[in-house]
Amino acid sequence: MDNTKIVVDAAAFSVGDEYQWLAQCNADGAVVTFTGKVRDHNLGDNVSALTLEHYPGMTEKALAEIVVEARERWPLQRVSVYHRIGAMYPGDEIVFVGVTSAHRGMAFEATEFIMDYLKTRAPFWKREATEQGDRWVDARDSDKDAAKRW
Amino acid sequence: MIDILFFAQVREIIGVNSLQLSAEFNNVEALRQSLCQRGARWALALESGKLLVAVNQTLVDSDHPIKAGDEVAFFPPVTGG
Repeated sequence: MDNTKIVVDAAAFSVGDEYQWLAQCNADGAVVTFTGKVRDHNLGDNVSALTLEHYPGMTEKALAEIVVEARERWPLQRVSVYHRIGAMYPGDEIVFVGVTSAHRGMAFEATEFIMDYLKTRAPFWKREATEQGDRWVDARDSDKDAAKRW
Repeated sequence: MIDILFFAQVREIIGVNSLQLSAEFNNVEALRQSLCQRGARWALALESGKLLVAVNQTLVDSDHPIKAGDEVAFFPPVTGG
């Protein structure tokens, strides 16, 4: 049984289904999940839509490497990473990260680590539609700093 | 032959998704400088400040060597999640 699940797809995901898959692992007592959603605003402007571009092939590879690194740092049984691509709208779920571990501390840390690395190393780019027109979303220094602490 | 790919703002500014070159380059930086010679838009898109480079789908530094058959990609800082 493969204990790592990585999906990059335009289709929506079900948090419930992802949780069910993670929770099948009875050896671990902790399941931590993170879901990222499309916000309806950014930098003071209303956002009506978001388009996610990615680098097919490298995206999956980068995510797999991040999970391998997380597994080297924490004892994790199941890990699931799902990232959507293409067109999305405010309220849509865009990213899911879930892990299982023996206890909650390690599971929380591993989830944060995977998200911090995903935001700085996985080749995805957001383009948002606002009332002022379309624009590429700029990378944030705070995301870079968050990834440096690990 | 090397395959070169461009993504997001970089692709948009130069208006090119990908190209193939048969010339030889010592490293990523030599290739970048050569591409910048193609015109003002190329120089702007490939300005080295925040530009990221991947060779064979792994992020690398600018002194990373390039050999025939490599896939080299240039793109801006990533913004997923």
